[in-house]
Parts: sequence; structure tokens; C-alpha cells
Amino acid sequence: MPRSVKKGPFIHYKLMQRITQLNQQNQKKIIKTWSRSSTIFPEFVGHTIAVHNGNKMIPVYITENMVGHKLGEFAPTRIFRGHPGTKAEKASKSK
Amino acid sequence: MARIAGVDLPKNKKVFFGLQYIFGVGPQIAKSILEKAKVDPDKKISSLTEEEVAEIRSIIQADYKVEGALRSEVQQNIKRLMDVGCYRGLRHRRGLPANGQRTRTNSRTRKGKRKTVAGKKKTPTKK
Repeated sequence: MPRSVKKGPFIHYKLMQRITQLNQQNQKKIIKTWSRSSTIFPEFVGHTIAVHNGNKMIPVYITENMVGHKLGEFAPTRIFRGHPGTKAEKASKSK
Repeated sequence: MARIAGVDLPKNKKVFFGLQYIFGVGPQIAKSILEKAKVDPDKKISSLTEEEVAEIRSIIQADYKVEGALRSEVQQNIKRLMDVGCYRGLRHRRGLPANGQRTRTNSRTRKGKRKTVAGKKKTPTKK
């Protein structure tokens, strides 16, 4: 079920504060954030935001197309490195 | 023979069902089209008059996105997701389900035919 329209999109208020601050000063700084569930607002466009993926900060450059998505969608939390054994078995067969 | 929105011409079916052969027209849209055109949904396609066909055609053209235009819109939406580099886009790139479904089993629609991993030993069944 989607979020109630009445509440408006969610964003971590401190993150919004930082962005508005930077916009007022016309600055571009990398903002670190752990708030993956924050919605990307039009104000974000052009900023680079370092989004935590549970391990490290992933820099995400915000473009116009990303507005409306959540920050976490751009910082994957899992890395798929292939299934275990597939490579080893291939190597052993070629011997 | 009725030809609406391109290449669709199912004969000897009722209009309500025949219209659903058009990509982008399902039960809901077919119903509302027929209401607007004031055509009896139980009528067979072959027995439609020229005026009725023209009416249906003009309604579809005016109000609905169907066939090629709709397909390209869907493709564009998917392409946008991939370009933007979000999670759903990544899933589309890999050809895996994009909305959080399980992939341990099933999801064959996205993954295609089963690829059996050759040389995989059968694990001895544990007690």
C-alpha cells in the first residue's frame, strides 16, 4: 500500500535542512546520509549525495530523472559475485 | 472484417472480447469504449456496421494509447529506470524480477527456461 498523500513524501528533516542551506549559499558539497528512505526532491538536482549502503558511502549524483525515487534505490546493498562453485568446477573440468 | 488501431481483426467474436485483442485494451477499457460508442457489447464483430467501427476507431484514437505508442512508452519507462541506475533499473538489466519477488524458486517468466548447472553433485539427503 502506498503512503498516504496527505502526509506528503517522506524526507529526513535534517537532510532537507542541509540541502536548503547549501542551496541558499549556492554551494555544492557532498552530503553524507544514512537516510536511504528519503525521497529525492527537485531541490536535490545537481547535488552529490553519499548514501550509505550498510558498508560504505556511495556517491550518487542526482539528475532530474531521479526525482521521486528514494535515495536508497541508487546505493545497492548486495553484490552478486556469481554462484559458488561454478568457476571452480569449470576450472577442475578443464584439467 | 474490422480493422482497428493497426492489425487487429478477430472475426466471429463478440465486440467486447474482440476489442481486447488490441494491445492496451482490456476488459475495463473495452467496456468504456463500447458505452461511449453506444454499441451492444454482445454484438458480433462481423455484424458491426461501418459507422459503428468508425465510431469505435475514433474513440480509441482520441482517448487511449494503444499498440505501438503504448509499447514504446513502456519501453521508454524501462529505459529511464536503467539509465538512472536505480535498483529497479539494475534488475531490468539483469533480466530479473524488479518488484522484490523471490528468485530462489519460480520467476521463470523473467529468467527464461531453466538452465541446469552441469556437473552439480546431488547433495546427500540429511536425516
